[in-house]
Amino acid sequence: MQDNVILQMRNIEKSFPGVRALGGVDFTLRKGEIHALMGENGAGKSTLIKVLTGVYQMDEGEIIVDGQKAVIRSPQDAQNTGISTVYQEITLCPNLTVAENMFIGRGADLLVKQKEYEKRADEILGNLGIPARSRQILGSCSLAVQQMVAIARAVDMQCKVLILDEPTSSLDDKEVNLLFELMRNLKSQGVGIIFVTHFLEQVYEVSDRITVLRNGELVGEYLTEDLPQVELVARMMGKELDELNSLGENEEKKTQNGEVFYEASSLSSSDALPFDFTIHKGEVNGFTGLLGSGRSESVRAIFGADKIGGGEVKIKGEAVKITKPIEAMKHGIGYLAEDRKRDGIIADLSVRENIILALQVMNGFFKPISRSESEAFADEYIKALNIKTASRETPIGSLSGGNQQKVILARWLLTHPDYLILDEPTRGIDVGTKLEIQKLVLKLAEEGVSVTFISSEVEEMLRTCSRLIVMRDRHIVGELKGKDLNQKKVMETIAGGES
Amino acid sequence: MDKKKDFRREPLTDTQLLMMITVIIFLAMYFLAMALLGGGFLHAQQIFDMLNDNAPLIIVSCGLTIVMIGGGIDISVGAVTSLVVMSCVLFLNNGGNIFTSILLALGIGLAFGLVQGFLISYLEIQPFIVTLAGMFFARGMTTILSVNPQKAENGAFNALREKKIEIGFLGYTAKNGNFVPARMELGVVLALLIVLVIFILLRYFRLGRGFYAMGGNQQSALMLGINVKRTRFMSYVISGLLSGISGYVFMMHTGAGNATNAAGMEMNAIASSIIGGTLLTGGVGNVFGTFFGTMTLTTIKKIVVSSGLNEPWWQSITTGGMLCFFILLQSVVLGRRNRSKKV
Amino acid sequence: MKEKFMKFRKGGLGQLTIPLIAIAILILFNLIRDPGFFSIEITHNNDGNAVLAGNLISVINGASELAVLAIGMTLVTAACGGQDISVGAAAAIAGSAFVKVLKSGPSISGGTVLLAFLCACIVAMLFAAFNGVLVAVFKIQPMIATLILYTCGRSIAYWINGGATPTVDSPIIRAIGRFIPGVPLPTPVLIVAGVTILFMLIFHFTSLELFTQSVGINGSAARLNGINDTFIKLLSFIILGFCVAVAGCIGVSRLELINHETLLLDVEMDAILAVAIGGNNLGGGKFKISGSIIGAYVIQILTTTLYAMKVSSTDVKAYKAVVIVLLVVIGSPVIKAKFAKLMARGRSSKQRVSMKGAK
Repeated sequence: MQDNVILQMRNIEKSFPGVRALGGVDFTLRKGEIHALMGENGAGKSTLIKVLTGVYQMDEGEIIVDGQKAVIRSPQDAQNTGISTVYQEITLCPNLTVAENMFIGRGADLLVKQKEYEKRADEILGNLGIPARSRQILGSCSLAVQQMVAIARAVDMQCKVLILDEPTSSLDDKEVNLLFELMRNLKSQGVGIIFVTHFLEQVYEVSDRITVLRNGELVGEYLTEDLPQVELVARMMGKELDELNSLGENEEKKTQNGEVFYEASSLSSSDALPFDFTIHKGEVNGFTGLLGSGRSESVRAIFGADKIGGGEVKIKGEAVKITKPIEAMKHGIGYLAEDRKRDGIIADLSVRENIILALQVMNGFFKPISRSESEAFADEYIKALNIKTASRETPIGSLSGGNQQKVILARWLLTHPDYLILDEPTRGIDVGTKLEIQKLVLKLAEEGVSVTFISSEVEEMLRTCSRLIVMRDRHIVGELKGKDLNQKKVMETIAGGES
Repeated sequence: MDKKKDFRREPLTDTQLLMMITVIIFLAMYFLAMALLGGGFLHAQQIFDMLNDNAPLIIVSCGLTIVMIGGGIDISVGAVTSLVVMSCVLFLNNGGNIFTSILLALGIGLAFGLVQGFLISYLEIQPFIVTLAGMFFARGMTTILSVNPQKAENGAFNALREKKIEIGFLGYTAKNGNFVPARMELGVVLALLIVLVIFILLRYFRLGRGFYAMGGNQQSALMLGINVKRTRFMSYVISGLLSGISGYVFMMHTGAGNATNAAGMEMNAIASSIIGGTLLTGGVGNVFGTFFGTMTLTTIKKIVVSSGLNEPWWQSITTGGMLCFFILLQSVVLGRRNRSKKV
Repeated sequence: MKEKFMKFRKGGLGQLTIPLIAIAILILFNLIRDPGFFSIEITHNNDGNAVLAGNLISVINGASELAVLAIGMTLVTAACGGQDISVGAAAAIAGSAFVKVLKSGPSISGGTVLLAFLCACIVAMLFAAFNGVLVAVFKIQPMIATLILYTCGRSIAYWINGGATPTVDSPIIRAIGRFIPGVPLPTPVLIVAGVTILFMLIFHFTSLELFTQSVGINGSAARLNGINDTFIKLLSFIILGFCVAVAGCIGVSRLELINHETLLLDVEMDAILAVAIGGNNLGGGKFKISGSIIGAYVIQILTTTLYAMKVSSTDVKAYKAVVIVLLVVIGSPVIKAKFAKLMARGRSSKQRVSMKGAK
């Protein structure tokens, strides 16, 4: 058993300013096994992977590869140690051929031995059953094949440990099957594979073992066959099943009242399948489901953030058209985006400018908010939301994640929205701030604002939402309210009904 | 995917597609000119004239194509060419011999390439600013050397300059009954040789493929184990070296140094590369395309002149229009590629 | 007091530090070289006006076109993350349109000048809009998109003039290019002041600054906050078009003729340089117009200094290049990081020493 182990990570610790990303995590990988690494957002799995691949340096702990202590300081070190990674975003060059992508950057030959490379590439591709030709331009291959080419490169570099980081998120079923076949093939050749994904079915289809992380801590390592799907969800989301049963009586506190504020029927966008959705005045509801289930895409469609495909939208009973964010904003809708860095903050601008941005856009180009007025707004919200910043003129990029999020929240609160969509407002921020945000949501609802709240942590949603819309594989699979609002039911619905 | 399997041959890459379009447009334009305008276009000498006049441009365009494939830009090439011409003419006139003057040309080009490459790759300064400074410096140095035009008065050099390759069977009989063979300057041979060498470098050398990888996706290139900094450095060094060679060829063609030599050459070189199918965003391009880009650019100018649009402005206005056409074409091709990637 | 000092050490002036230091060094250098370099005297020009003269005045006057262009260039840079290299050519076109309208009537009155200026503005803005559409709608890199107009712009200007370099003889134009009777300052300086005030008003009465910066820093987030980024990019080009028209008209009035080849030759390079010297990131994002304007004057002082040192006008470029390289090397991220590391090491070792001392 012990000599079967190919990689061992012991007591890995890693902190970022203000956040402890990994607190003493152990991880063991054996030869010829597919090991799924599971956990929700912020659980620490990507940090763990990055420590292993040399992108981050660990603060403490040790990595043992093939019985020898390994020092991994850069991606190059990792490759030399026999650890190869295939990322979700393809890290190959789309403008080169398949063969070149497999051989470029290796060795020190002056000349490119194209013929030889092509021959070897065809051999490897054939052995692994990858449907690509060596002379094909990589960009003309499907994403799945591109991913497989990356795997083929790794295999040819004699890797012992292969990390697949969310490899299936942009593949269709057929392509996923191809990939799985390849993974099984490699497994039989003795390669240890770490498989990171958020698709539960896939974990059960292909993996032998599962390690679950939560909040930077190890929850446990299980044989896949011993861990039912519902229990896996429970471990990822943070409650043991027995405990869950005892919970679930704290409903009834929020009741829907008043008129319908927003109503959409068969609304769809370039990224979201058609769905129906209604929210009442003063109601807090939530979209839940695992990452990639379509929850974010759906709320983006409500805000008009992606290209709208079709459907009808009514606000306060009147038919309206929302195809662009500005139109949604004019109708009193605010949207806090999931990816704070990419879609939220304007990093180099000050806290003050970030706070007034949305209001300024709504006021229009020719009615700028005066300096003194904007300063007053900024001060008001810095105080009200307890934003920790050196001054209101500090660039938002230099604030901590939680405080950045509060600034973005302030930005939307300042527009006094009737309906606020919060997509993962609590992601990657400290517990204190999480609680503050939840309290704020409830307070807003009391004031008559409708809120859609999305979080990877079901507990948070249960605490705040009076209705939960559950999504799986880009479809709405259930709507829970009243008595059904409990962890057990939510997880059953997410996992697929049966327990 | 199954459908793709049926194809025996690989589909055209962006590089090939853009180059094909250029070649087709060039040929179509040339044949149209032969049919409609006749005159000089019917003689092979027309082509040789175009080559004789544009050998330096072809050479610097090759260097620029490399830089652009790697995702950079070099606007110093014209000024460096001019500086090399002036320095070498003065050097030859003051008793220098041909061999040393060639070394001088290469040395100046190399020096610009090394310094610019270092500043851009290792100090991470924006290429536009660095090569702009390089351009200023070279132009300024040229006038510091001499404001007045300088004619080469070195006997050996002028003898070399007069050496032309005569191709008898492509000649024609002039109106006065004399037979004029087609004439090609030595510089053209060098230019064509350089196109070939750079083609081989880009195609078969690790370094050449590195340029494509770096321009295609810098992050990926790094992950694939390519030394991106050194690769970028090399692209500017080669471009500088080629500017030096271009200067010598320019001098062989004109035989004189002038402060306004090669004015605007950098933009013509960029235009040639773009027309030839090189994308400024990097990763796509081909020196053969660039060669045809230069020829297309020259042909359109010749056509404008031959078709009686004698006003001086028509040349650059048609050039601009043509550039606009090719840029929009690229934008469409790029858009198509990106869209298909998203699906 | 200590806080203030710390703030200064952290670069309290922010991005203006380097251009201001450059100006200070240049001025100091000139004063040492020639203590009377910046003396201003009152002379009488040909029209019998009492006007100010001296190196300082000629610097401020000479940089007028550049300063105006730098303003527009800063906006384009900030919004689009690239530069317009066609401003010189476009200025030639605007200047030609200006002259064309001026010469269309029998005599030149104040009304004609105004009309001509408006025409120049419209023409320049249309060409700028063409560039803007290529950049904002077709997503072509600014430098490539504007290469088209760079290539053919001066020829279009020549074509507008019908193949000539017409001169304009009018006291009004002379007043615009040189001095208004009774005013001791050169008119271009007044125009720059006017344009600067205009932009200050625009920044005050619109959200241009905030929107442009947002689009330049994070286009995706700006879009999700309801900003139309295509429009903002297009707008930045159209504003640059206005600046080009102003610069073109100043240039024409100064010389009292339009020469399509030489009017504002190579000004695009200087304008981009002014933006860079002003501490603005050529990759777009946060900007300071004041930085670019100061940058324009840095370039002009440098040029004037070199002239004063008997460097010929054609050789100036070589010296300019050296100064540019020095400036960008100091501002380079790698050098900054190295320097910061050095400072940090120095500080920590000092701390260690002081801690030891405390023990």
